[in-house]
Amino acid sequence: MDKILVGLKRVVDYNVRIRVKTDGSGVETDGVKMSINPFDEIALEEALRIRERGEASEVVVFSIGPSDAQQQLRTGLAMGADRAILVEAADAVDPLSAAKVITKLIEAESPELVILGKQAIDNDNNQTGQMVAALWDRPQATFASKVELADGKATVTREVDAGLETIEVDLPAVVTTDLRLNEPRYVKLPDIMKAKKKPLDTTPIADFGVAPDDAFEVSEYAPPPQRSKGVMVEDTAALVAALKDKGLI
Amino acid sequence: MSTIVNRRDLAFFLYEVFGLEQMLGQGDYAEFDRETIEAVLDTAEQIATERFEPLAAALDADEPRFVDGAVEMMPEIKPALDAFSEAGLIAAGFDAEVGGMQLPFVAQHAMSGMFTCANNAATNYLFLTTANANMLNTCASEELKARFLPPMLEGRWYGTMCLSETQAGSSLADIRTTATPRGDGTYAVAGSKMWISGGEQPMSENIVHMVLARTPDAPPGVRGISLFLVPKYRVDDAGNVGEKNHIALAGLNHKMGQRGTTNCLLEFGDGGESIGWLVGRENEGLKNMFHMMNEARIGVGLGAVMCGLGGYLYSLKYAQERLQGRPASDKSPESPQVPIIRHADVRRMLLAQKAWVEGGQALIYYCGTLQDRERLAGDDDTRDQLNLLLELLTPVAKSWPSEYCLEANKLAIQVLGGYGYTRDYPVERYYRDNRLNHIHEGTWGIQGLDILGRKVRLAGGAALELLAAEMQPTLEVARGSDTLSAHADALAAAWQQVQQTVAAVAGCEDRERALANATSFLDGFGHVIVSWLWLRQALVAEAALAENNKDTAFYEGKLKACRYFFRYELPVAITRLALVETLDDTCLTIEPTQFTG
Repeated sequence: MDKILVGLKRVVDYNVRIRVKTDGSGVETDGVKMSINPFDEIALEEALRIRERGEASEVVVFSIGPSDAQQQLRTGLAMGADRAILVEAADAVDPLSAAKVITKLIEAESPELVILGKQAIDNDNNQTGQMVAALWDRPQATFASKVELADGKATVTREVDAGLETIEVDLPAVVTTDLRLNEPRYVKLPDIMKAKKKPLDTTPIADFGVAPDDAFEVSEYAPPPQRSKGVMVEDTAALVAALKDKGLI
Repeated sequence: MSTIVNRRDLAFFLYEVFGLEQMLGQGDYAEFDRETIEAVLDTAEQIATERFEPLAAALDADEPRFVDGAVEMMPEIKPALDAFSEAGLIAAGFDAEVGGMQLPFVAQHAMSGMFTCANNAATNYLFLTTANANMLNTCASEELKARFLPPMLEGRWYGTMCLSETQAGSSLADIRTTATPRGDGTYAVAGSKMWISGGEQPMSENIVHMVLARTPDAPPGVRGISLFLVPKYRVDDAGNVGEKNHIALAGLNHKMGQRGTTNCLLEFGDGGESIGWLVGRENEGLKNMFHMMNEARIGVGLGAVMCGLGGYLYSLKYAQERLQGRPASDKSPESPQVPIIRHADVRRMLLAQKAWVEGGQALIYYCGTLQDRERLAGDDDTRDQLNLLLELLTPVAKSWPSEYCLEANKLAIQVLGGYGYTRDYPVERYYRDNRLNHIHEGTWGIQGLDILGRKVRLAGGAALELLAAEMQPTLEVARGSDTLSAHADALAAAWQQVQQTVAAVAGCEDRERALANATSFLDGFGHVIVSWLWLRQALVAEAALAENNKDTAFYEGKLKACRYFFRYELPVAITRLALVETLDDTCLTIEPTQFTG
């Protein structure tokens, strides 16, 4: 296979305790540690392993986000990607617009495989991969925990509610990753230096001619309600009564 | 928030206080910019957080064991150390020509600090290897370097330092280990070595010992000590590991802290020859060893600061979450309990920790900056001056954090109360781990003798003048600040006290009496330097607050800690230095019989 395309989204690091901005317009990112979305890191690791097995020749990473997302792309290049594309967007991008942009990238790059995280840990939408497959009109294998390639097909083990399910899809296709697919590698220091010399192209999102999805509107961000004080009950009967009272059972 | 690093504060030290960016892009650092440094620190933080920190408590509880002459230890440690080596971190500071990355010193300190904070005991194996490889690279022949350096920088072979013997620790002049020429350029090394960290372990393919020993005709004392490289397994000309080199593990020491690092009694020449190579020239062993000692001692100071930081960050997090008691103004049992950080005394303990730990970081990063300036210096004069300044500061960098960041650990335990005294929380481990730093690589007392007996008089007192010149710009700017000028005056007065004390000691012909309070001098002198570094931080914070409204809590916290240091800490140091000036002989004149009568 010639090429694998991998998406890397810049998100607040998974270790950071999220704070909502005081005006409710979003999540505080000023001075907050940002990282590659963990599912996307797994996607890149899988692409690199496929390339290292000799089953692909090039891994291209892209991000749709602010100019600072270059940092995450550089990390991707240091992990081992061959080149990077930043689609620069100052504002947040909804899943459908992201899927449309990715479809245009696919038209330009003609990858045989697109690997994306199943969701990003910022909004947990879990939509973009599926939408890309639909717009591209190619098969999808979501929530992958194992990927094998042979004879123009991908055999993918998926994590589903009932357990595991194995499906076979024709390539080109979209695969989205689950947490158990692999354990991403650490960046090596010499590769950080090499990554500086790898190509990173930037294109403004406006050049893609994608209008924001007007069906999608953010009204307000709010922190989860504070946990209220617990109540001690006398016995099981009282517990059942209390739960019924609250309409929970 | 992480409890092994405060990246906001790290960025403050590296870029805002010590101007690392201005040193990048030139000389040995031509390939670096801020983004590269941050990427290195990101990688380090990730590995330290994911692979080292989770094993720290388990390694402390599951101490390595002596079984049939070998060491058994937790198998989980090796993969963590491998992750460090494979990321290229052992070689990070080395020159590109030997496969390194030429990472600036100050960034190396920041990087390695995260690992110490995450898991001090595991990290020791790696830092000893780096130190050993460093000495090899500086002092050994090309042939020895070619054979031993690559596997060490790759983390396949680890290194140790074998100086002390059971009868000769601080007094290296009295070592007895011998090295007898074998006629082919190699030596047979025989004798026992004590306190060897990492002296035996089941993880690396080979262990490279750097051993101090005497050749047959060597003059007595320190002028007759040579340095030898003696591997655990013999190594052939092609670099292949072969048969055992007859170094026996005679026993493991059971320590208070840093328990995961094996600490060994080794017998060289046990049942056969331990073949070694001379490193550098005969009888220059101590000189070669001390070539690395400055760096090793700054490393000890860094370790102490990082133990302090771990306790500080953990107790801070705990104090924000733990609900206990009510404010003095509200004693109603009906009102909700408050997080303990609301109590003034808890804030005092946290502020004291902040003042010591961030002051200690400033001290270590300042030394790192001097090391970087030395590496980038274009002429020998500048290099010599910076080296002189580092010589002066090294005993301070080693000792001050070992004392005050240990005090910080004491308060971290105190913040957690009874829980802090249990092994369910890491703060007691930080305390135990930190306690070593005052002892190894030259005890506090030895460092005191070094500074007052030698360093303050270096080059006719030129080292002290260089330090005064470094402080001058801070004093000048601070005098123009409404809020900080009083601190500038206090610092100037403290410096004058330092000079008076040094003069009084220099004027005392009785050397024993002159140096009787050397440790107290080192203590007070360290405080004066850290006061200066706090004032420097405060000036940066004040300027940042005047410029815009970003990060106000962070910068105001810096101003508060500076104020704390000048009000609560510096006065004590001045009193201490004034006492040393009187050449007080209380400690000197108590007779051994008078302790118990």
